[in-house]
Amino acid sequence: MVAPEQIAADNAAMKPSILEIEDLVVEFHQGNKVVRAANHVSLTIRQGETVGIVGESGSGKSVLCRSILRLLPSPPSFVKSGRITFAGRDLLSLPETEMQEIRGADIAMVFQNPMNALNPVWPIGDQITEGERVHRGLGTRAARTRAVELLKRVGIPSPEMRVDEYPHQWSGGMVQRAVIAMAIAGGPKLILADEPTTALDVTIQDQILALLMDLQAATGTTLILVSHDMAVVAETCDRVAVMYAGRIMELAPTADVFAHPRHPYSLGLLRSIPRIDGKGQRLEPIPGQPPSLSELPAGCPFMPRCSFASPACGTSDVPLREVAKGHFSACIKAEEIAAVAL
Amino acid sequence: MNLLSYIVSRLLQMIPVVIGVSLVAFLAIHLVPGDPVQLMMHGRATPETLQAAHAKLGLDQPLLVQYWNFIRNAATGSLGTSIIQNADVGKIVGERLLPTVLLLVTSAVFAILIALPLSIIAARRSDQLADHVIRLLGIIGFAMPPFWVGIILMLFFGIYLDWFPISGYGRSFGDRMYHLVLPSLTIALFLAPILIQSLRAAILDVMTAEYITVARAKGLGPWRVLIKHALRNALMPVTTILAVNIGWLLSGAVVVEYLFSFPGLGSLLVRAVGQRDYPVIQGLSLVFAILVLFVNLLADLSYMLIDRRVLKA
Repeated sequence: MVAPEQIAADNAAMKPSILEIEDLVVEFHQGNKVVRAANHVSLTIRQGETVGIVGESGSGKSVLCRSILRLLPSPPSFVKSGRITFAGRDLLSLPETEMQEIRGADIAMVFQNPMNALNPVWPIGDQITEGERVHRGLGTRAARTRAVELLKRVGIPSPEMRVDEYPHQWSGGMVQRAVIAMAIAGGPKLILADEPTTALDVTIQDQILALLMDLQAATGTTLILVSHDMAVVAETCDRVAVMYAGRIMELAPTADVFAHPRHPYSLGLLRSIPRIDGKGQRLEPIPGQPPSLSELPAGCPFMPRCSFASPACGTSDVPLREVAKGHFSACIKAEEIAAVAL
Repeated sequence: MNLLSYIVSRLLQMIPVVIGVSLVAFLAIHLVPGDPVQLMMHGRATPETLQAAHAKLGLDQPLLVQYWNFIRNAATGSLGTSIIQNADVGKIVGERLLPTVLLLVTSAVFAILIALPLSIIAARRSDQLADHVIRLLGIIGFAMPPFWVGIILMLFFGIYLDWFPISGYGRSFGDRMYHLVLPSLTIALFLAPILIQSLRAAILDVMTAEYITVARAKGLGPWRVLIKHALRNALMPVTTILAVNIGWLLSGAVVVEYLFSFPGLGSLLVRAVGQRDYPVIQGLSLVFAILVLFVNLLADLSYMLIDRRVLKA
């Protein structure tokens, strides 16, 4: 019998892709140092799916998101190589003015810290509809009605009364709803949610995640959810990409990653989170520190911390390869890891 | 906190400062050696007339009593009588107040008109040619003393091109504005570089904020992001700098007023100090203090317009 997750994954696999990232390398130049924040990242996102990107701080998740929208300031950042294709258009070679048409309208972003995401000196409603006013020539009166409608959609109570308020008058959770309203305003085909719940209280986190999933279900938008929290991804995503030191280490349907991780880093991440059923009580932290992105070692960047490491790991780059159907891993011992029980 | 209580609280805060400033001004002048009556009589007075003059002006009374009289009279609008001119200080100061205030307002407006576009361009093109040129011009403008700039402007716009009058104040409003152009420009050329530097720095600082990235992620163009999202936030620190400098310019305008034979408070102050005309100096100190406080009040009120968060505190 085929598992329902497998069917879902197969269905997703048949959908056309909306975003293709091929061999993306992003570097930051800081004085004499070159920090490689995204290192040969390839990722294909299909229409309507939810893909989680997990990894610890500094693993390149945010850089990846911002590269898609070309929001990174250059200098210091440079796209060294690679292609990002969105709905058939090569984003990295588009002129800036065409990129502006895509931002907000086709690809929108939800940011990590709601309290910094809105401009303190403008009313919330004004900021929510600004993109539509600029891109679609929405009038002032229509924009206000639209702002109320969007705020209602994201669950703000009595939006007519609150639309003209300022960000400092709202709580963090409410502002994050407003930021989400701003993101869905243009009816985007793809939403990049960069740690949308990290800055919020745990109870609010669930509400915001539920809201995102609800909106996605209603509109069929594609969602990329960046998080450092495996639990958040487990609840929400169809597929997961595990990032480490600017690379994708493992890419697979969520259920597969959680049941049978095929990369020692994913295995380490899963062993370091507490389980609600109390099995495997002892938490195992991953020893050591992530490598400096300006002095990446040859071969697998996880090798110094890896308990499965062998001399072969350090000789050459380990590319992402399909080790099972729809399951990609950047480990030469992927098959061996799969056999290890969690 | 609402609008009204914010304004009232700012007004109440001004009271102790006014008292403090008047006390300092009153004492400082009395501690300076030199007898105003002697000076007024050109040293030829007999001891009897000196004493009579002292008594008439109340200078023979204890300091505390003199100060009390000064405050009491000031509260009723009377600032005493000028020793030298033998006229009401309130009237002398009053007729020179408006020209100086007008000069400061037009100078500030000119400075803002120069600084706003230049700092926006400098920030937009930071570390590029336009930015370097603007900053260099700013440094040059700031390094040149106002009296020298004033003379250059007089020579070029006043005499060579003969566009603007180089001295006096004029009679009708239009004529006065016409007379104000060169002196205001002189002050503005000194003030604008300060504003350009601080506004450019403030804009670049704000541009690193997350909400700027959010604005860009909405698909806004770089100019809209800069003007709508960065500029307004950057105006907060610059408003403070402008207010401080306008207060400082009250005394700084003295040289410019002299140069352009402008009948303002600054030239009155210089003369009063030279003649040790106590009542005029005291009256002017009080007026200056109140002007500075008023400018700061305006700055406080503009914070409120720029950013609603000040009402929260």
